[in-house]
Amino acid sequence: MKNSLIIVGFFVLGILAGMYSLLPEAWLKNDLSAYALYFLMFLVGMGIGTDKKAWKILKSVRLKIILVPLTIIIGTLTGVAFVSLFLKDITLRESLAIGAGFGYYSLSSIFIGQISGQTLGVMALISNISREIITLLGAPLLLKYFGKLAPIASGGATAMDTTLPIITRSTGKEYAIISVFSGVVLTILVPFLVTFILKF
Amino acid sequence: MFTVLTIMSAGVVLGYVIRHKTRFIKYIDLSINIAIYLLLFLLGISVGANKIILDNLGTLGFNALLLAAGAVAGSVGLSYLTYKLFFAADK
Repeated sequence: MKNSLIIVGFFVLGILAGMYSLLPEAWLKNDLSAYALYFLMFLVGMGIGTDKKAWKILKSVRLKIILVPLTIIIGTLTGVAFVSLFLKDITLRESLAIGAGFGYYSLSSIFIGQISGQTLGVMALISNISREIITLLGAPLLLKYFGKLAPIASGGATAMDTTLPIITRSTGKEYAIISVFSGVVLTILVPFLVTFILKF
Repeated sequence: MFTVLTIMSAGVVLGYVIRHKTRFIKYIDLSINIAIYLLLFLLGISVGANKIILDNLGTLGFNALLLAAGAVAGSVGLSYLTYKLFFAADK
């Protein structure tokens, strides 16, 4: 939670700096953010590669567990596709890309902003932060009415870290493994799915 | 963007190779955070300098919230089905 606040803080600070033109024009050139993104993605990759817990879980999974991230992908994309029918300012493709952030707002907003421009990047940021907040606040209710996979589904990619504590508090240890597995798979898929959706 | 995905995959391979070097791994998370701060700061700057986005932030935010609601509803709804069909019987 603390880290989420810091991230939002930097974003807001950036907005203020942009509004009052506090920084030299050169900073606005896209080159810097492109290289920073390359650097970030390399590190994210290394983070996944060095995550021993993730590799261990990947080796020990039963086939059935793969259904969980698959369910979340299909459910999420169906949900946002439905909503996009009622939104006139945004295309189906753009809606799907935002949904494919699965709550991983930092990466998805940067990625989508880079491919499709800042407007969509901002929407991805707000939408995916909302998903995390909905999960943090609603996990107990979701569990009560929709079963043990519901908070994991709602958490999406965040089910491996930020929303994991609140998920496992109610579902128990067996579902903690499912939660981390599903979160890891979705986290890895975010950049691939977003690119795929926006480029094809 | 495919460049980015290639770079990320290279990171995974390198990360896997050095996965036992615990002292080094600490710095990866730290660097990821710093890179994210920087990139969102930069995204913030271009948003702050963009009057069209600022003027429509309310609408954008509302649409974004609706999409989040759709994403949660869709995934939770389908997960209920998956749970009932494949997981609930385990207990």
